[in-house]
Amino acid sequence: MKIIVWIETRNGQVKTASLEALGTARTLAEADSGEVIAVICGPSGVMAATSAATAGAHRIIVREGDPLSDAIADGIANELVAVISEESADVVICAATTTGKEVSALAAGSMGTSVAADCISVTCQDDSIHIERPIFAGKAHLQQKICQSPAVISLRPNYGERLEREAATVTEQDATSPSPIRRTGFQAGALEKRDLSEADIIVSGGRGLKEAENFVLLEQLAEVLQAAVGASRAVVDAGWRPHCDQVGQTGKTVSPKLYFAIGISGAIQHLAGMSSSRTIVAINKDPNAPIFNVATYGIVGDLFEVVPQLQSELKSVLQ
Amino acid sequence: MKIAVCMKRVPDTATRLTFSAEGKSIDTSEVQWVISPYDEYAIEEGLRLRERAGEGTVTVITVGPEAASKEIRQALGMGVDDGIQATCDEPLDPIQTARALAAILSQRSDDIVLFGKQSTDSQGAQVGALVARLLERPFVNDIAAIEIDQGKARIERDVDGGRETIEGPLPIIVGADKSLNEPRYPKLKDIMQAKKKPIEKVVAAAGEASLQTIAVTAPPPRPEGRIVGEGPEAVEELIRLLREEAKAI
Repeated sequence: MKIIVWIETRNGQVKTASLEALGTARTLAEADSGEVIAVICGPSGVMAATSAATAGAHRIIVREGDPLSDAIADGIANELVAVISEESADVVICAATTTGKEVSALAAGSMGTSVAADCISVTCQDDSIHIERPIFAGKAHLQQKICQSPAVISLRPNYGERLEREAATVTEQDATSPSPIRRTGFQAGALEKRDLSEADIIVSGGRGLKEAENFVLLEQLAEVLQAAVGASRAVVDAGWRPHCDQVGQTGKTVSPKLYFAIGISGAIQHLAGMSSSRTIVAINKDPNAPIFNVATYGIVGDLFEVVPQLQSELKSVLQ
Repeated sequence: MKIAVCMKRVPDTATRLTFSAEGKSIDTSEVQWVISPYDEYAIEEGLRLRERAGEGTVTVITVGPEAASKEIRQALGMGVDDGIQATCDEPLDPIQTARALAAILSQRSDDIVLFGKQSTDSQGAQVGALVARLLERPFVNDIAAIEIDQGKARIERDVDGGRETIEGPLPIIVGADKSLNEPRYPKLKDIMQAKKKPIEKVVAAAGEASLQTIAVTAPPPRPEGRIVGEGPEAVEELIRLLREEAKAI
């Protein structure tokens, strides 16, 4: 089995979710003496290759050059498709980040197949790849068998296991397949935000915060925990938080190791987006709030008293 | 300007799901169907592009069973000019859906095709991209703003760390994000008029599936949680549990 993993980089840094995808690929490959080839596209690819070298790939291919300057997913997918064809890969795995979903879908389209998208489990049974993925934002789980080659898979962040293996060999290749569509500008946001869908810890707030300004309490808590800040649909619709912060069925589906739901009652569409988090902490003044049905640990109380206390105690414990 | 919007009907996000007896699908008999929320942004943007251009048509296209024409009527009520339905009673996998849409789109000459960035049921975020590759057109997902001028699309979207601007030639295919617009509510007069607008029906040209469903099940239940305590006094115990029991911090 020949498995290609697309490695996502940002400013020359390899995304953690891509290292998890490499680990998953390696585990599959080791079960049938297969090979894992990591593909890195774009500037500073060689630098990124160094930091991904021992994460499970046998070989790393770096595609660089003019067609990839200012490329977005469309151009990256072209290079990935070129490598998939040259290597006659059986399986293609991307991390299911925002860009990873787009790159995997475009690559799959070029191969005339579907993506098994946002999987939480990938196994090989009787020479076929079987996957499991949440659908309806986690209200249901779907198990499928992939019956076309190459199998194209995206893997949900925080679900793969990072491995440590021998160093891969690195080959540099020229990018060959320009896309007519390019990034022409970039405006940096005011704050360097942590991406919700890849975060280890998320601190989310709802209507219980009473007004937009009070989110500063959550931001301070998030700072102590190195967490991303999320929000319920109600406060996004009220304009307190940008839509990209929304967790739920019409926002982001997240699976962090630790999720704080603060002043969130737990509407079904919010629960759907976060209930696969490993540990859930709910802080709410209403002891009957549905959020307590999914919470690992709950505190019933006034968030304006509990959260500052939590922040200051965590600060002294974690430092 | 010729505009196509591809949409899907999905169970309303407030729906509690039940599972069919054979364990391979959702029991849809009690489901309340709606236009997938992100597709509503796509429809609204199609209408706004037509309005800004001062001319043109917006066609909505869906793949689904006969009953899905109800959601086409709803889009027509928002101001869409006409509808096309590729009928299919069996559930399709993403590439099958994409083939059915591409078969229709390849017979047309749209300047732009809009999708929602993902459906809220299967959430694969892929059919727009698959169609783009089948038709060999450029694709951008998650768009937050779009302008069309002199045969080019200028697009903005929110990415890690900021907002990027993208340019590409027409015809182009895009996926709408929530920040794109605020969809309009159909007016009663428009809903009445929508009844007279045409819906063309074709049989979906789906081909073979690449994904075979083995089971659809309820997610594994979460282990029973507990209330740690009340008020700020409970914080110390919570932190102990997070460190020693959950090993989460």
